[in-house]
Amino acid sequence: MKVVVCTKQTPSTTAVFSVNNGVVSWDDPGGKPNVVNPWDEYAIEEGIRLKENHGAADVIALSIGGEDSKEALKTALAMGCTDAMLVSDDAFAGSDAVGNARVWAAAINQLGDVQIAIFGKLTIDDNMGAAAMLTARKLGWTPLTFVSAIKEVGNGSITVERLLDDGKETVTAPLPVVINVVKEINEPRYPSFMGIRKANRATIPVLTGSDLNVDGATGAAASKVDWSQVFPIPPREGSVEMIAGDSVEEQVEILVDKLFEEKVI
Amino acid sequence: MLDFSLTEEQLSAAAMVKEFVDHEVYPTIKEYDRKHEMNPDVLPRMAELGILGINIPVRYGGQGFDYVTLGLVCEELERCDSTVRVVMSVHMGLNSMGVLQWGTEEQKQRFLTPQAKGEKYAAFGLTEPGAGSDVAAMLSTARRDGDDYIINGEKMWISLATKAHHVLWFAKTDPQAGHKGITAFMVETDMPGVTTGDIHGKLGVRAGSTGWISCQDVRVPAANRIGEEGEGFKIAMSCLDNGRYTVASGATGLIRACLDASLKYSQERQTFGQPIATYQLVQQKLAFMQQWYDTSRLLYLKAGWMKNEGQRNTRETSMAKWYATDHSFQAAHEAIQIHGAYGYSDEYDVERYLRNSRGAIIYEGTSEIHQLMQAGYLLGTRKDKPLRCELPAYDPEFWQNE
Ligand SMILES: Cc1cc2nc3c(=O)[nH]c(=O)nc-3n(C[C@H](O)[C@H](O)[C@H](O)COP(=O)(O)OP(=O)(O)OC[C@H]3O[C@@H](n4cnc5c(N)ncnc54)[C@H](O)[C@@H]3O)c2cc1C
Repeated sequence: MKVVVCTKQTPSTTAVFSVNNGVVSWDDPGGKPNVVNPWDEYAIEEGIRLKENHGAADVIALSIGGEDSKEALKTALAMGCTDAMLVSDDAFAGSDAVGNARVWAAAINQLGDVQIAIFGKLTIDDNMGAAAMLTARKLGWTPLTFVSAIKEVGNGSITVERLLDDGKETVTAPLPVVINVVKEINEPRYPSFMGIRKANRATIPVLTGSDLNVDGATGAAASKVDWSQVFPIPPREGSVEMIAGDSVEEQVEILVDKLFEEKVI
Repeated sequence: MLDFSLTEEQLSAAAMVKEFVDHEVYPTIKEYDRKHEMNPDVLPRMAELGILGINIPVRYGGQGFDYVTLGLVCEELERCDSTVRVVMSVHMGLNSMGVLQWGTEEQKQRFLTPQAKGEKYAAFGLTEPGAGSDVAAMLSTARRDGDDYIINGEKMWISLATKAHHVLWFAKTDPQAGHKGITAFMVETDMPGVTTGDIHGKLGVRAGSTGWISCQDVRVPAANRIGEEGEGFKIAMSCLDNGRYTVASGATGLIRACLDASLKYSQERQTFGQPIATYQLVQQKLAFMQQWYDTSRLLYLKAGWMKNEGQRNTRETSMAKWYATDHSFQAAHEAIQIHGAYGYSDEYDVERYLRNSRGAIIYEGTSEIHQLMQAGYLLGTRKDKPLRCELPAYDPEFWQNE
C-alpha cells in the first residue's frame, strides 16, 4: 500500500509578521521562521502509523513550493516517512486553492498506485482547509474529512471515525481516498536521531510542471483570489485599570460590577 | 582551517532535544523541583528518544552522533533544567564515555550497549564522605578473591545513586600506593551488598537524584574491572574530561536561559514610565550575559571539536567548565536582579537557575581545582601524558555503521 502525506512549509506559530507596501514578511524570535505546517504533523504521524500498524510499504511526503519546502520534507523524513518529493515550479506560484489542488492531484497521480492521501486539517498560513476536498474532487476519489481515527484498512476499503460538531461518526469508503485529519487523531512524534541523519543525507527529487500532467489552469493569472491588497492587522488598543479597594472582597465586588456593566458576564 | 559552522544534522538533533524538553520537562519542572523529586517519565523518555546514547557508535546501541552534538544537546537540556543535563553528565560523560575509552570489547557489549540504548542507567562513584577534591584520600577498597574482587566502601553525592543500574566505582586495590593504588569497577546495583539512598535538603537540582551508595562485601567479578589494577585514577580523570564537557555546555545553556528570561522581562517591566530595558544599567547586565554566553559556547565547542579530532583536551575542557559554570552563576544572579522581587520567588524560573547553577561550581572539580590546573599548565608543573587508551576520535564511518 502506498500512502502520500501532503505537507506544506508555513511560518512558525510564533512568527512575527510585518507588511510593507503589500509585501508580507516574517521573522521568528526563536530563530526558526518556517516550520512544517503544525496540522500536517498529525498527517505525517498518521502516515507513519499506517506503515507501522497497517502494513503501508511507502509513506511519501509530498510538498508543493520553493526549495525551502525541502525543510518540511526533511522533517517528515526524520519523523519516519520512507520517501519525499517536492513539486516546484514558478508557474505554480500564486495559485489559488483550486489551482493547487490540480497540482496536488497531478503529483499524486504521478506517484502511481496511491491508496491514501493525507492532509492536515488546514494550513496555518491561509487557514482555508479546502485542499483535501478539492484534491479529492480533482482525483475523483472519496474525501473523508476531519478524521479522528483510522479504524481499519484492508480489502480495498478504509473505515475511519470523523469528528463532527455534534459528535463522531464512523464511515467506510472504498480506496483510494483523500483524508484530512484533526489533532485528536494522534500525538505526533519528534524526529528521531537516526531519522535526522537519514533525512539530511536524502536527495529529495524535485518535479516541475513539465514532469506532471496538470489538468487545468494554475498560477497567479488563473487565480480567482486577488492578493493585490494586504494590510497589517491594526494593533489592539487597550488600557489597564487597577482596581483599588480596602479588601480583596471589595476589589472583587467592584470587578464583578464592572464585568456586568461591560456585559462580559 | 577555521570553520565555525555546525552541520544541519547537529542542529536538527539539538532542535529535537529542545522540542522534547519544552514539551515534556518544562511544563512540570517547578512542581517536581518543589517536591524534591525527579519526574519519573524523564529517564525513560530520554532513553526512548535515544538521548542517552546520542554520541555512542550505533554498533554499541547509540545514535552515532559526534561529540559536538553531545555539547549542543547538553546546552538545550540545561536551558530547561540542570537536572536533565546532570543525567547526561553522569550517564554519558562520566560513565559511558569512560567505557568507550577504556572498556574491552566484551565490556562494551555488556555495559555500554545497554547504557546507550537506555536499558540501563549509569552513574559515577568517585566522591566519598571524606574524599572530594582529594581523590586519593578515598577509603573504598577492593580485595582480590579468586576471580572476583570484594568491594567495601561508601560513595557520597552520587548523581542518579538510586536510579542507576551501573556505577563506575573507584576503590583502592593497593591502599598504600596513593592515587596509583586506585582501580575502577563496574558495580551493578543489584549485586548483593549494594545499598543506596537519596540525599535530602539540597540547595539545587531538586528535580534530580543525588544520593549515596554503599558497598558491603560486594562480590564483583574481575570481568567488571575497567582497565588494569592501579589505572583507576587515570580513568577517573579522563572520565572527568568528558563529564566536565557536558557540565560546560550545560552551563552555557543555563546562561542562555537567564538571558532569554531577562530579555523578556526587562522589556515588559516598567519603572518610572519606561521598560527597564531602556536603562543602561540593565542593558549592561544583558550585554554581560551575552558575552558570557558567547565565550562559554566558544570554549565548549572548541573542546568538542578537539574530542572529534582525537586531540587531548584536558586543559581546554577544564577552562570551559570553570568559565561557563562561574558565569552561569553570575548570569543567574544578574537575572534575579533584573527580575527584582519577582526573581526572588519561584513563580519565575530565575531563582531555580541560581540554585541549580551553584552546584556546578563544586562538582566535577571545584573552580579552585580548575584554577590550580590552569596555573599548573602555565607553570609547567602539570603536563598531560599519553594514556594507554585515548578517547577515540570521531570517525563517522565507525560510529554510524551497524
Ligand atoms: C549536586 C552534586 C552532584 C554530585 N555528583 C557526583 C557524582 O555523580 N559522582 C561523584 O563522584 N561526585 C559527585 N559530586 C561530588 C563532587 O564532585 C564533590 O563535591 C567535589 O569534588 C568537591 O569535593 P568536596 O565536596 O569533598 O569538597 P572538598 O574537596 O572538601 O573542598 C572543600 C573546599 O576546599 C577547596 N579546596 C580543596 N582542595 C583545595 C586545594 N588544594 N586548594 C585550594 N582549595 C581547595 C575546594 O575548592 C572547596 O572550596 C556531586 C556533588 C554535588 C554537589
